[in-house]
Amino acid sequence: MESLRAAWDFFQNQVLGMHWLNTLVGRILTSLGVDTGTRLGGSAQFFVYDTIKILVLLSVLIYGISYIQSFFPPERTKKILGRFHGLTANTLSALLGTVTPFCSCSSIPLFIGFTNAGLPLGVTFSFLISSPLVDLGSLILLMSVFGAKIAVAYVSVGLVLAVAGGTILGRLGLEEYVQKFKTAGSVDIESPDLAREERLQYSLEQVRETVGRVYPYVLVGVGIGALIHNWIPAGWIQTVLGARNPFSVVLATVIGVPMYADIFGTIPVAEALYAKGVGLGTILSFMMAVTALSLPSIVMLGKVVKPKLLGIFVGIVTFGIIVIGYLFNAFGFVLA
Amino acid sequence: MNIKVLGACCKRSMETYENTKLAAKALGLDTTVENIGDPGEIAGYGVMRTPAVVVDGKVISQGRFLRQKDAEALLKKHLGL
Repeated sequence: MESLRAAWDFFQNQVLGMHWLNTLVGRILTSLGVDTGTRLGGSAQFFVYDTIKILVLLSVLIYGISYIQSFFPPERTKKILGRFHGLTANTLSALLGTVTPFCSCSSIPLFIGFTNAGLPLGVTFSFLISSPLVDLGSLILLMSVFGAKIAVAYVSVGLVLAVAGGTILGRLGLEEYVQKFKTAGSVDIESPDLAREERLQYSLEQVRETVGRVYPYVLVGVGIGALIHNWIPAGWIQTVLGARNPFSVVLATVIGVPMYADIFGTIPVAEALYAKGVGLGTILSFMMAVTALSLPSIVMLGKVVKPKLLGIFVGIVTFGIIVIGYLFNAFGFVLA
Repeated sequence: MNIKVLGACCKRSMETYENTKLAAKALGLDTTVENIGDPGEIAGYGVMRTPAVVVDGKVISQGRFLRQKDAEALLKKHLGL
C-alpha cells in the first residue's frame, strides 16, 4: 500500500504538478542572476513555470481527449439519447456532454439538431450545461492543482447540476419558448467512422487550434495568478473572497458568469487564490461560473431560445453554482 | 455545382471557407462557394458541428477545420477526380 501511495504522490506532484519543472526554472533563473527569493524573482519563476506547465498539460490532454472524443460525435450522441427517457436520458445526456467535443458556436445547430430529433428540452439542456462545465481535460488539470478527491467531487457535482438543471427545465413545460426554425425536420447524417490515422490527425489539429486560441487566456491567467501569489496580501484577499465574507460565493459566481475564459486560464488564478486562503467552494463556483456561462454563449443561446426561457436557464444554473459553492465551503474539509 | 461552407461564427469557420474557395479554384471547378452563417439553415442540413462543407446538398465534412490541401483532397475524393 505504501508503494502505491508513493506512486500516486509521484504522479500527482511530478507528472501533473511538474514540481521538478519549478525547481528547474528556479535554478535556471538563479544562474542567470535572478534572485528568486525576491518578489519580482519569485513572480518570474512562477510565471515561467506555470505557463510552461499549463501549455504542456494542455497539449497532451487535448491530444488524448480529442482522440477519445472522435468516437463521440454529436450525431452519435443524438441517436443514443433518442432511445432513453426521463432521468436516465438526462443523466446520459450530461455524461455524454462531457465527452462530446464542444465549441460554443456549435451550440445553436446542436440545440436545433437535438430538438428536431425529438429529444426533450430538458435532455438538451443537461447536455448544454455539462458540455462546457465538465470535460476530461479539466478533470485532469484540476487533479494536478487540487488533488484527485476535489477534482472528482467537482466533476460529480457538475454532473448533478447538469442533470438536475436539465430535469427542472424540462419539467417547467417551456417548450413554446424555443424559437421555431424552418428546417427540414430531423436529418441524420451518417458520420463515417474515422480511420486511426484520421483520428490522430484530428487530435493534432485540435491541439494546434485549441492552444492557438487559448494561450492568451493562459498567459493572462498565469499573470493574474502570479500577481495574487506574490503581490496581493492574503489578508486583503480573504476579506473580499475569504471566509470572512459570507457573500464570497455569490460574488465569485456573479463575477464569473459573464466572463469568458477558457478553463485552463482560470486554473492558475484558482491555484493562487486557494493558496491565499480563499474557500474551496468560492473558487469552484468562480470556475464553474466562468466555464458554464459566458456572455457570448448566452447571446448565442438567445438566438434559439426566447428571453424568458433563457433567463430561467441562466438563473437555474447560477443558483445551482452558488449552492454548490456554499456546500463546498461548508463541507470541503471532508475532502482534505 | 454548388458548394456551401457552413459556419460563420469564428476564425476556424471563416478560414475553412477561404480555403475551400481556394481549393475549388485550384481544382478548376465550375462552382459557386457560399458561406452560410444562419444557424437554422445549418441545422437544416443536420449539421451540429461547424465548419462543415456541403456539395450539391450533401454534407461531405463536418466539425473539421480544413486547410486548402485538405479541402482539395476532400473535393477530389467526393467528386471522383
